[in-house]
Amino acid sequence: MKIADIAQFVTSKNAGPFLLTVDIVFRDATSYQQFKAQRPLTKAGVAELYGIPPEHVLDIIEFDPAYAIKITMQRPWGSGAIGETDVYGAQQHMPIAAFDIPWETTP
Amino acid sequence: MTTRMTILAPCGMLGYGIPQRSLAEGMKRQPDVLGVDAGSTDPGPYYLGAGKPFTNPRAYKRDLTMVLDAAKAHHIPVLLGSAGGAGGTPHLDYTVEMFRDICREQDYHFRVATIGAEISPETLKAKLHDGHLLAFETGTPLTEADIDRSVRVVGQMGYEPFMRALEMGAEVILAGRAYDPAPLGALAMLRGYDPALVIHLGKILECGGAAAYPRHGSDALLGCLDEGYFLVEPPNPDKVCTVASVAAHTLYEKADPYNLHLPGGTLDLHQAVFEQYDERTVKVSGSRFIRAPQYTIKLEGVRRAGFRTITIAGSRDARLITHVDDYIANIRERVAEVYAPDDLGYQLLFHIYGKNGVMGRLEPQQQITSHELCFVIEVIAATADLSASVLALARSVALHATYPGRRAIAGNLAFPFSPSDIPVGDVFEFNVYHLCVVDDPCELFPITTFEV
Repeated sequence: MKIADIAQFVTSKNAGPFLLTVDIVFRDATSYQQFKAQRPLTKAGVAELYGIPPEHVLDIIEFDPAYAIKITMQRPWGSGAIGETDVYGAQQHMPIAAFDIPWETTP
Repeated sequence: MTTRMTILAPCGMLGYGIPQRSLAEGMKRQPDVLGVDAGSTDPGPYYLGAGKPFTNPRAYKRDLTMVLDAAKAHHIPVLLGSAGGAGGTPHLDYTVEMFRDICREQDYHFRVATIGAEISPETLKAKLHDGHLLAFETGTPLTEADIDRSVRVVGQMGYEPFMRALEMGAEVILAGRAYDPAPLGALAMLRGYDPALVIHLGKILECGGAAAYPRHGSDALLGCLDEGYFLVEPPNPDKVCTVASVAAHTLYEKADPYNLHLPGGTLDLHQAVFEQYDERTVKVSGSRFIRAPQYTIKLEGVRRAGFRTITIAGSRDARLITHVDDYIANIRERVAEVYAPDDLGYQLLFHIYGKNGVMGRLEPQQQITSHELCFVIEVIAATADLSASVLALARSVALHATYPGRRAIAGNLAFPFSPSDIPVGDVFEFNVYHLCVVDDPCELFPITTFEV
């Protein structure tokens, strides 16, 4: 199942002019815990989705209070530099949102 | 400290439109202070470089007037940070001038403090010489050449300059670039509330109603500090704060939600507890503040990168779409025959919507599935004249350039506008994003007081 069909939000944004961060927020503890147990996203996996070097994926953080996973990457360039396509970084979430993972839904 | 203190953030961004009802409802709760964040680096480097505000002046004046009306009616202080968006000297001057206009029009009188945040090249070079400029998220150290090339550098002030201005008796503080939560929490810091709670509450309030659901539009947010915890609640009766809405906001635009760095330390949220207090209110406790061994100020600076001219056009020719890469390569070649890019130092860029216009080199999907493409053709050159000249050539070449299997020989592109070529303006790039070590948190931020 695609991550966007499991999570409540999958959204990207700058975290300052030089970092890009993708938040995956789950609706409830059950889906969050299931996702957390599976750990379907690794730094290398995210790097492959975006075609960037693995060391540019800086962190994948599980944030229990918000049922959220946060993935932080280096921006390919500073926000608004020559060649920019997305000054706010607000439309860079789809490779993760559309990522297919095995998912068992309990009736 | 047992008395409760109430802080009202009338908006997430001054100039995005404060809803009248939310402000009125918020003021009924008798807040002790109005804290306003007016800025961000989010809209990109242009505004800092050009010295211009990124919110609309009419909207900015409307919102500022509403805040001053409320402050006057309730005799409470107003603290405003990151004036004019980027928080440089022209942005602060613009805000002060607008403030004076409002006071004249409304016959308002205040004791005022302004706090500058722009840092001179001389000061930066002295800091560099002393080894007090540190590499940050770009990973590269700052050089003297970077300082020389930058057109404007600001520092994000912490709480201390606001606290000092309050101690000097200011009722209205208009400050340049500031750590977003600082204007919201400076009065609480001065009154001795737990710094961890003050900072964490400020982090939530800085975007106003963004931490409440449903999450749309600019709106207000109320925070109440108490012994060992704080409460957040939206004054807008149609919205609610839930554990999810508040906790999720802690993630927003942050690299690491557990460790939030700020001037002078780190907010540690490993032990933070978010609880539903009542249907519309969330209670937060357990945040911790870890003071840093050295106090650092985040610097933001930009250099000029040239002048931009663009044109916008579309194609719905299936053969062109199939051969779009050949088509673009052909345009580049033909333009280079007339204007040699290496000699003239311009850059010709194509944003191809329908192909990879949104994600550029991060786009994983190679196949084009759209029946039409939008081209934004962009030229950046040292001068407006050269930029316009190269763009004009690129546009006419693009209209007539050939590609394999071409049938539509009268013209390749649909232009929606006449004139087709649009001068956009100067282009700036962030070239300073470093940390500056200071002995005194106020040393870079001059305070000036006056009365209106």
